[in-house]
Amino acid sequence: MTRLLRDPVACLGLLLVVFAAVVAAFAPWLAPYPDDAFDSHLLQRLQPPSAEFPFGTDYLGRDLLSRVILGTRNAIVVAVSVVLASMLIGVPMGLVAGWRDNWLSDVLMRVTDVFLAVPQLILALALGQLMAPGLTTAMVALSLTYWPFFARTVYAETRRLRGALFVDALAGLGASPARILLLHILPNAAPAIMVRATIGMGFTILTAAILGFLGVGAAPPSPDWGLAVAEARQHLPESWWFATFPGLAILLLVLGFNLLGDGLRDVADPRLRRSRK
Amino acid sequence: MGRYVVRRVLLALPALLGLVLLTFVLTRVIPADPAAMLAGDAATPAQIADIRSRYGLDQPLWRQAVTHVRQVLTGDLGSSIFTGRPVAEEIGFRLPATLELTFAALFLSVVLGIPLGLVAALDHNGPVDQIVRLLSVGGLAIAGFWLAIMLQLVFSMELDLLPLRGRIDIALGAPPAVTGLYLLDSLLALRLDMFGSALRHLVLPAVTLCLPGLASIARFTRSGVLETLQKDFVLYARAAGYSPFRLATIYVLRNAITVTVTQVGLLFGALISGAVAVEAIFDWPGLGTYAVQAILAADYKALLAVTLVVGVVYAVVNVLVDVAQALVDPRVAEQLK
Repeated sequence: MTRLLRDPVACLGLLLVVFAAVVAAFAPWLAPYPDDAFDSHLLQRLQPPSAEFPFGTDYLGRDLLSRVILGTRNAIVVAVSVVLASMLIGVPMGLVAGWRDNWLSDVLMRVTDVFLAVPQLILALALGQLMAPGLTTAMVALSLTYWPFFARTVYAETRRLRGALFVDALAGLGASPARILLLHILPNAAPAIMVRATIGMGFTILTAAILGFLGVGAAPPSPDWGLAVAEARQHLPESWWFATFPGLAILLLVLGFNLLGDGLRDVADPRLRRSRK
Repeated sequence: MGRYVVRRVLLALPALLGLVLLTFVLTRVIPADPAAMLAGDAATPAQIADIRSRYGLDQPLWRQAVTHVRQVLTGDLGSSIFTGRPVAEEIGFRLPATLELTFAALFLSVVLGIPLGLVAALDHNGPVDQIVRLLSVGGLAIAGFWLAIMLQLVFSMELDLLPLRGRIDIALGAPPAVTGLYLLDSLLALRLDMFGSALRHLVLPAVTLCLPGLASIARFTRSGVLETLQKDFVLYARAAGYSPFRLATIYVLRNAITVTVTQVGLLFGALISGAVAVEAIFDWPGLGTYAVQAILAADYKALLAVTLVVGVVYAVVNVLVDVAQALVDPRVAEQLK
């Protein structure tokens, strides 16, 4: 932790993530016009940034700052749910597949390969379209396409650790495989899982935004960032603010998670440590 | 070497077969009633029943699966629900556009990413290194669709420097198709006006698309160079009095680059994903635009075909990258035995 705090770039990431978490937690109180999640005011549509509306207003006259703030909560909730769901699928699969080299391990890893055989966004698009498009579907599709990354990470860690002396000792003492895997190997794989999860948060926010932008994610009147950029396209170049600020929000939040993940990886994996001379 | 290539191709096959089965599960098992989905919202029960027997949906599931796999393997991807034309034909027409765009982006990422990674590593933990790090993490954090719109706003709408959309001036028309890549075809036809127009149309989409690739190539080059700098032969070359520039470009970079080459295969997936949104924004007539149109029209056949084709292209690229790597570094081929 201290090592992480000594790294200025990782600290910037942590700062951005904490800031976004606070904004998300207190969104309804922070937003100047919290009702603009649903209300529309057609008389003040597409107004440029001003003291009254710091980010301007959108095509329905809603305050863009309020919607960017309210959208933070959506983005974080989506990312946390998707990453947790992917972990629930991927971590057990990785543990089981990495423990022994048998047919089960082969089957699990081949299934993982199938999901990795197509870029994640393409698969998520297909899944999202086939189940009725919407935010829940997008989240399910993203989880179903992100778990292989956890499976791969945990699989590699388990294989690395299963030959360790302490594992042999535990087996010698009569510990069951389940006990060894859950109580001893899993905690040792935790740093790698943490790094993967942090990077996955950024990646999921980005992909969810693309899905929203393409119309396979959040539906109006949700204050979703990707959706807002899509809505803004018809009002360019006159209303530049409408497309700019939601996109900046995506950039800053994803940047925060990526920088943090980068810093965590340096701490977790000594082989990649940046401070090495 | 020949045996390695064969083994590597065989290893890719199960995943592809699995992918074909996955697309089957997606269309036939997940929807409650595939026939109703095919028929659309306004269909009568009689129409649904007709579709069910016509598409063989009343057959047992395993027989449907066998038929599906056989159709895909013979290149029969079905007809678009929306346009009625064979999907394989429509995709064949659009694939070159996507390939041209992704190759251009890949070219930019390599040409810019490797020098960036090199200067970052040579200034290890210094200010240049930190700036490149921020840039490379930032490049992976930026939403391509948003960057595309911002570039359009500045360079096309405000400054009027580059075209807003399309692949070539409509007045010029497409160059005679040989490869399907406009840059190459226009040169083959000796039409410099077409080449210029195609190039101008390519700039913004390619720049947008290259950022994530540029970022990861810079990163991997940086770590590869750092690793190589520790090697004894570098110490020797330094002691022998080679200039830092010569040392870096000839001795270090050549040895560091193998890590970067592996990344190109993985990168290709990111590029194809990125192309979906970028193409839609620049009206680039490739697979991405096709996929987005398929989404809007709820044309699941077209969307599945795109998924399959992308999977195949992805697998082919990764096999090629592995083979290239084995040619450069014989130890890679050894590992597979």
